[in-house]
Amino acid sequence: MNTVTQLKPKSVSRMKTLISKNISVKPLNLQGEMGATVGSIHADNPRITCRNVNVFYGENHAIQDINLDIGTNEVISLIGPSGCGKSTFLRCLNRMNDTVESCRVNGEIKIDNVDVYSKHMDVVPLRAQVGMVFQKPNPFPKSIYDNIAYGPKIHGLASTKAELDQIVESSLRKAGLWDEVKDRLHQPGTGLSGGQQQRLCIARTLSVEPEVILMDEPCSALDPIATAKIEQLIDELRQRYTIAIVTHSMQQAARVSQRTAYFHLGKLIEVGKTSDVFTNPLHELTQDYITGRFG
Amino acid sequence: MQTPYLLFTLLIISILAYFIGKMRSATVVEGALRELHSLPAYYGYYTALWGLIPGLFIILTWLSFEPAWLSYQTVAALPEEIQSLPSSKLNLQLNKIKNFAAGMQVAIQVDPIIAEAAERYNQLRKISRTTLTLVVLICSLAGIWLAHKKISKDYRARNVVEKIMTGLMILASTIAIFTTVGIVASVVFESLLFFRQVPFFDFLFGLEWSPQTALRADQIGSSGAFGAVPLFAGTLLISSIALIVAVPIGLMSAIYLSEFAGSKLRATAKPTLEILAGIPTVVYGFFAALTVAPFIRETGESWGWVVSSESALAAGLVMGIMIIPFVSSLSDDVINAVPQSLRDAAYALGATQAETIKQVILPAALPGIVGSILLAASRAIGETMIVVMAAGLAANLTANPLEAVTTVTVQIVTLLVGDQEFDSPKTLAAFALGLMLFVVTLALNVIALHIVRKYREQYE
Repeated sequence: MNTVTQLKPKSVSRMKTLISKNISVKPLNLQGEMGATVGSIHADNPRITCRNVNVFYGENHAIQDINLDIGTNEVISLIGPSGCGKSTFLRCLNRMNDTVESCRVNGEIKIDNVDVYSKHMDVVPLRAQVGMVFQKPNPFPKSIYDNIAYGPKIHGLASTKAELDQIVESSLRKAGLWDEVKDRLHQPGTGLSGGQQQRLCIARTLSVEPEVILMDEPCSALDPIATAKIEQLIDELRQRYTIAIVTHSMQQAARVSQRTAYFHLGKLIEVGKTSDVFTNPLHELTQDYITGRFG
Repeated sequence: MQTPYLLFTLLIISILAYFIGKMRSATVVEGALRELHSLPAYYGYYTALWGLIPGLFIILTWLSFEPAWLSYQTVAALPEEIQSLPSSKLNLQLNKIKNFAAGMQVAIQVDPIIAEAAERYNQLRKISRTTLTLVVLICSLAGIWLAHKKISKDYRARNVVEKIMTGLMILASTIAIFTTVGIVASVVFESLLFFRQVPFFDFLFGLEWSPQTALRADQIGSSGAFGAVPLFAGTLLISSIALIVAVPIGLMSAIYLSEFAGSKLRATAKPTLEILAGIPTVVYGFFAALTVAPFIRETGESWGWVVSSESALAAGLVMGIMIIPFVSSLSDDVINAVPQSLRDAAYALGATQAETIKQVILPAALPGIVGSILLAASRAIGETMIVVMAAGLAANLTANPLEAVTTVTVQIVTLLVGDQEFDSPKTLAAFALGLMLFVVTLALNVIALHIVRKYREQYE
């Protein structure tokens, strides 16, 4: 009945095997030549490993040969100019690209050592395990309560009304929205302010107990105060989740992430500790971008 | 000059005026067109409108008052004994004169008085038309001259032209509205005449419909009962059958087309489905009467049921097929209008496609879907041809779809086909039925529009 929780115990053991395997992964050519990624693509405690990921939209080769690890309890920010493929890459991780008709993905993406693109993969538990927050707040045109309760209901996470209430409350609390909406749970979610709506969407994502959260420019439609709240939230969520965030704000990347990946024209140019990437970029393109020479 | 020629001349003059105005504007600024307030074409339009509108206005006014004036003048010249006739007889004489004047030989022997009057009538008419032509042409030319004089560097021709165009658009839209009001008023007026003869509540709640009234008092068996309930029941029965067919098929095809079908299939399937809406209803009618109805009767008889050869079921089924595109096409549009972000949100939570459709897309699109169903329903209620051919004329009060029933629209047709007196309750009943139909479909449309509008606000 509950695929999400079934996955969990397995994932721990898988993770351990993954760690031992990971040591034997052939080191890539990380230096110099154009096209190869500079910096370290490896994370200390990887939860997601991507190898030679290519995405095509029809004839358009949208992202090319991406190799990247994302660690457990890590916030990684994906930066780069518009159209560089960072959102496309993000959407590969929970197979949201499946909804795009002309999209083809090849290469290997493993989450907790399970191949996401294998033929036997069921996207339903995958997407419950890998939650996603979108650029524009997209609450359902339902009440605040129903927005949160929707996910737990379809996955059968609550067997009684009390349990469901509990999930709704705890999700809203984790998203820092409980105090603002506890008296109006049955009013439409679309009536909230933009920042509140985005936190509602984060709470909705948390309600199905994911392990990974993907955020696609979650603050681009928000004002600085709402942004600050979300960033603080991301920092708190890091304790429990793996987070990948696409952002156009370099300050935001610097504030919230431990590692940063710079994408350029469909290629992963540089990955490294956020502090290193921003203070001492290895690649010329990265330097040009973060110093604002283009982008 | 005949009116069409006059209009044509006026048009030619206006086109010339356009070029005159345009050239004049170039002359005033000596070719430095940038100094003009408006583009040269606007000065052209301005001049042309000054040539066209006063002329048109005069023609319209003149022609609407001319017949009355002509009649008055003709009657005034007639001998005393004809003038003193009662107005209905006088009108008859006047018609004779007009017909004779128009060259229609109504009788072999023509009264010399009539012939003389007709000649005078023609003369008066000629004078009137010549004056009209002169007045129109003078006004038009004067208008053009005035406009020509007014053109200067700073004259705001664009603003004036835009104002006039706005006025014309307002006029166009009011014509549509006033036509509707006129139709409603005439239906209401005739219905009131009917309700003077048949009590309103007898009509609305009477259970028997047999509109044959006696021509003579000594005729029997033609009492004339105007209880409309069997008609409403028949309409309701057939429309319900149609909706039972159309709503599931239409809705499911809409969901399939918008959520499952590939873009190529959708590009061909949707227009193909919409062809159904383009088939003339009379074709549906004989399809229902000649193919579906016999099939139903034979099938029913093979099961041992009594089925009349004209049945509500046959008409309802075919009507249902006819209104499928109303449901499917509009529902497809509203389902497509549900933002992709809502689908993404549901999918990203791990919802299956079925869950997404059932719990996110359909609820979000529901008001629009209800709107499409109501529009289809009002179409079904107003449909005539299929029912005339396939459902019969017998006003049975029944809920059995295998029997012949009749609908409001069918009865309106049968009441008004052929030569009829226009003051008998039989014909006036058609107006009362039409009014009822109008009220029901209007109410459905208003509800549908209201729901659709409510839906639009939801994502803002």
